[in-house]
Amino acid sequence: MAEMLKIDHICKTFNAGTINEKIALNGVDLTLEDGDFVTVIGGNGAGKSTTLNAVAGVWPVDSGKIFIGGDDVTKLSEYKRAKYLGRVFQDPMTGTATTMSIEENMAIAARRGRKRGLSWGITKAERDTYREMLKTLDLGLEDRLTSKVGLLSGGQRQAITLLMASIQKPKLLLLDEHTAALDPKTAAKVLEISDKIISDNHLTAMMVTHNMKDAIAHGNRLIMMHEGKVILNISGEEKKKLTVEDLLHQFEKVSGQEFANDKALLS
Amino acid sequence: MTMMLTTYLASLSPLALLRSLPGACAQGLIWGLLALGVYITYKLLDFADLTVDGSMATGGAVAVMLIRAGMNPWLALIFAFLAGMAAGFITGMLHTALGIPGILASILTQISLYSINLNILGSSNQAVSVDKYSLVVSLRYISDSTASKIRMFTTCILFCVVLVAILYWYFGTEQGHAIRATGCNRQMARAQGINTDFHTVLALMISNGLVGLSGGLYAQYQGAADVNMGRGAIVIGLAAVIIGDVLFGKMCAGKKIAFAYTLLSVIAGAILYYLVLSVVLWLKFPSDDLKLFSAIVVAIFLSIPYLKAKYSRKGVAK
Repeated sequence: MAEMLKIDHICKTFNAGTINEKIALNGVDLTLEDGDFVTVIGGNGAGKSTTLNAVAGVWPVDSGKIFIGGDDVTKLSEYKRAKYLGRVFQDPMTGTATTMSIEENMAIAARRGRKRGLSWGITKAERDTYREMLKTLDLGLEDRLTSKVGLLSGGQRQAITLLMASIQKPKLLLLDEHTAALDPKTAAKVLEISDKIISDNHLTAMMVTHNMKDAIAHGNRLIMMHEGKVILNISGEEKKKLTVEDLLHQFEKVSGQEFANDKALLS
Repeated sequence: MTMMLTTYLASLSPLALLRSLPGACAQGLIWGLLALGVYITYKLLDFADLTVDGSMATGGAVAVMLIRAGMNPWLALIFAFLAGMAAGFITGMLHTALGIPGILASILTQISLYSINLNILGSSNQAVSVDKYSLVVSLRYISDSTASKIRMFTTCILFCVVLVAILYWYFGTEQGHAIRATGCNRQMARAQGINTDFHTVLALMISNGLVGLSGGLYAQYQGAADVNMGRGAIVIGLAAVIIGDVLFGKMCAGKKIAFAYTLLSVIAGAILYYLVLSVVLWLKFPSDDLKLFSAIVVAIFLSIPYLKAKYSRKGVAK
């Protein structure tokens, strides 16, 4: 099995040298094999989303290295790194261009990592492909190819963003609390679509979530972060047997603190 | 009081108004090109680009000086376009490479263009006489024979139609999609591998190219380039975009080639602006106050969508 993602001891401090200084990542190490699906949990400010943003290249890290599919991407800008990645964000507004149609959004995603020239932004053959892809979502979007994405609900947008993330098979799929802004029923549907897309395309994926049950139920690996570090790394049989109580217990043992996050406990 | 009103009304000549309309239409068509440029930055790129006031005059200055030096007036328009593009490039680089906020970057370019335009012209204005050169468009053609009047309007309309067609095509290409995505949602654009800095600069160049072209045409139309000819151009461009949007927006939406209709509505907005202006002038509104009038018109049209939303939200709350 090939290494798909290697995070080698990355550190990031925001607002260094000011009163607002915040050590966000304090030496994060993580290696994902091809086909791994890891869920990432941890309290607020533990560094979950920050880790995903570091991998996506939203800003440069202070130290450490990041490899995707064996390539050193540490110094690549965000848009250049995009060819390796599929990304879905917490805010359903973030992943799509609302003033553009569904098919235009998908066509933009289909050209991720390619040079954008003066040929048509979308072709007839693509439209048919997109219609088929949308049909698999079972949300009735296959008849609304030319609708503006701004008219869709949050769940529909997240589903489309998922399709967009996988349309050009990425080396790594980054899901950043992508169901947190949805109602429970829609969240479950979007999670189901995520699972299907990941398994159908044999994607390597990282999913940040606040919900411990979801973190246990999905993926083959689980990591817990605390104060900018990975403090738990569970995989295989051990993960299958995991319960929320186990996780809480482990967290207290490793961090010496109580898990203070109502959202994670109550949901 | 009644006396005054009667004398005022008697002094208004309907014929004078009628005579002023063709000129207003021609001006509207020429400024419509500028408005297309403003549409690209203001609506598609979501960038308040004030470069326009400078690049309009740059286009005019470049065209006039090249024509005076013996260049074909059509060819001079291409250079007016390129000069505008260069101005847009500067604003784009100030913003993307040097991190200066967009509106400030464009003001810096605009101010520096004032000096540059003075240098191009060598003085604050330069004439280009329609008697000496066969200009593409001219105020004179309107009062000339019917044939030259028709030729003049055909030229103006052709410019608008061809540019709308080109823009319609361009914003349907991969690159055009990338510009629209950049304007709509930078975070999404970058996540999809779009170089947002590059496409911002590109859109600013195309926009100011159109503005420069409009300036080149307008200088020929009025027979001179003036260093102040672009003052307030952004307001007129915005007025055209907004008038077009408010009056024709609903009609354009949902059509098969909605985007082409939207672009045409921008030009229609520019024509309407100049028609209203000529009516206002005909009513003997002091011409010194025209800029104030323009600003008020734009402020009103800009506030309509906001007030509408506010009003309808109140309605729901009840």
